[in-house]
Amino acid sequence: MSEGTLYDKVWDRHKVTELPTGQDQLFVGLHLVHEVTSPQAFGMLRERGLDVAYPERTHATVDHIVPTDGRERPYEGAAEEMMAELEENVREAGIEFSSPDTGDQGIVHVVGPEQGLTQPGTTVVCGDSHTSTHGAMGALAFGIGTSQIRDVLATGTVAMEKKDVRRIRVTGELGDGVEAKDVILEIIRRLGTDGGVGYVYEYAGEAIENLGLEGRMSICNMSIEGGARAGYVNPDEKTYEWLEDTDAFRDDPEKFERLKPYWESIRSDEDAEYDDEVVIDGSALEPMVTWGTTPGQGVGVTEPIPAPEDLPEDKQDTARRAQEHMRVEPGETMAGYPIDVAFLGSCTNARLPDLRRAARVVAGREVHPDVRAMVVPGSQRVKAAAESEGLDQVFRDAGFDWRGAGCSMCLGMNDDQLEGDEASASSSNRNFVGRQGSKEGRTVLMNPQMVAAAAIEGEVTDVRELDERELPESASTDAEVAER
Amino acid sequence: MTGDETAIETVERVSGTGIPVRGNDIDTDQIIPARFLKVVTFDGLGQFAFHDVRFTDDDEPKDHPFNEDRFRNASVLVVNSNFGCGSSREHAPQALKRWGIDAVVGESFAEIFAGNCLALGVPTVTASAREIEALQDFVDENPDGEIEVDVADESVRYGAPNSEHHEIDATVDEAQRKALVEGVWDTTALMKSNAGAVTETARSLPYVEEAE
Ligand code: SF4
Repeated sequence: MSEGTLYDKVWDRHKVTELPTGQDQLFVGLHLVHEVTSPQAFGMLRERGLDVAYPERTHATVDHIVPTDGRERPYEGAAEEMMAELEENVREAGIEFSSPDTGDQGIVHVVGPEQGLTQPGTTVVCGDSHTSTHGAMGALAFGIGTSQIRDVLATGTVAMEKKDVRRIRVTGELGDGVEAKDVILEIIRRLGTDGGVGYVYEYAGEAIENLGLEGRMSICNMSIEGGARAGYVNPDEKTYEWLEDTDAFRDDPEKFERLKPYWESIRSDEDAEYDDEVVIDGSALEPMVTWGTTPGQGVGVTEPIPAPEDLPEDKQDTARRAQEHMRVEPGETMAGYPIDVAFLGSCTNARLPDLRRAARVVAGREVHPDVRAMVVPGSQRVKAAAESEGLDQVFRDAGFDWRGAGCSMCLGMNDDQLEGDEASASSSNRNFVGRQGSKEGRTVLMNPQMVAAAAIEGEVTDVRELDERELPESASTDAEVAER
Repeated sequence: MTGDETAIETVERVSGTGIPVRGNDIDTDQIIPARFLKVVTFDGLGQFAFHDVRFTDDDEPKDHPFNEDRFRNASVLVVNSNFGCGSSREHAPQALKRWGIDAVVGESFAEIFAGNCLALGVPTVTASAREIEALQDFVDENPDGEIEVDVADESVRYGAPNSEHHEIDATVDEAQRKALVEGVWDTTALMKSNAGAVTETARSLPYVEEAE
């Protein structure tokens, strides 16, 4: 059993009591709510005549089904119904709601850290598996099911079993074109999509420390793709700087100073004990792309696609079916794989630095004529910030569609979907069959610069082969553009 | 506000006939595709279980156990490894349960999926890859063969009528076993009764602002 880790410390401080099942009842510091997984839970609450216990520790937004263009109300079809239901639920319970009218709406896992709702040493839950994202802030954050949402709404607590802690140390310096996304794709390839079951992942090592908070979020985000329900990075000066500039603390430096010692205190001890440790040499990585239909089926962009019979026995069958679906051959590389769609978005990779890096690749180039390309910023604030830097213009000039914030083609619940057997270069986190809205659709996961490169070339491309362009003057300094 | 009065049933054992769904890493997007999530209640989800692997674009049924008449009355789903990975959608176990599944036996399960099943009183029981494959083969050959999933005892027994029964040593997560066998899988009422201790925990945390 681990000892002295952030996980142990935060768990202990939030443990209310042990339940008869042997699970612990954990206090929930922040409960995030979105439109798709919450209505049934509010419904169950009503059925039982229960109130929301702690509306002040609950925060809502819309992301999954909300349209990313044409945002006039009423939305079309089910989107309007789910939006209206959420509005009603949050109004009745007195829950703060980052709705599209506020300019604060966005993907729930972008919004939480951005507003300073997510803080180190807190427990964060949401009815969404990618809640693990918030671990990048030094929080203990995990996705929950709808019945658990009901528990949290009704009691402000959740029943959980304690897991083991695996430290994943990523050493060295990441090379050109290599990003956080590549690190996590490598981790999942190495440990498997179920390798993290029963574990919480602590990401450490210089490659992780050198990442900004956004990169740490990309990594923690995909913990769940590796089977780990939560992943975190110990908070450090970068984390505190981030927080200082959020809504939560901007006007309350006293509160910031008061909480900082607590944040420091929950960091994993130097001599903390872990149940397992894995070391990955970050300097050896190259940009990763997936060749299959699970996020574990990844490969370096210049590496050959593995033959199913060379994989562990329990992965062979899935690999065979995946290669058939994707129409790839073992021995080939993914570079050169033709794509029809480029999707730059999702809670993994739609924050400002993601868009900046992609824009550098796109600047002064044009999207391939056979590709439809779109940028879906992670939140309205990310969108506004990008626009004030002129990034929108860079993307639009190249032929990208510049959208409103939401989950969009990450899961194809609104109108943004793959059609037929289209192949998509996607900065999102899941390449499951059917995930992007079409069951014949094919998804290739990669980092945002690689998505940009694929959009330009019309095929999976090693971004290191495209020379990086300076953003045009107008994109960074021109006052006129900045004002728009 | 009073606690919850719903009587909670105990789930010590589940028996019925089986249905095999083969393959590792079957994710919740496959169990219930996202477009069926556009609902505000779970009613009626059963017919959409595994929809996109069961039907073509023109709604023609494809080869899938959930389309086969011989499995129509099955209540024990037998799967392979990492079943239910991906999205946390509770719609997945809800769809399975509403289709008629009362227990899932497999090599391994994604955690959130197993937790969601538990919240519905559906046990997720694990056994070795070899035993699971043998059970899937058995179900294929004996769609009427009775399977008994014993949660309390951590075993699965099965056999064709009038022949010797085979017993598998199975594993049920300890918390899940207690919850099901003692009927404490509905945690809302249970946790609501600890409100005093919750307030105390909240007070001890520096980041929780004093509620008035
Ligand atoms: S962007 Fe994709 S993965 Fe993230 S919350 Fe939305 S649907 Fe889920």
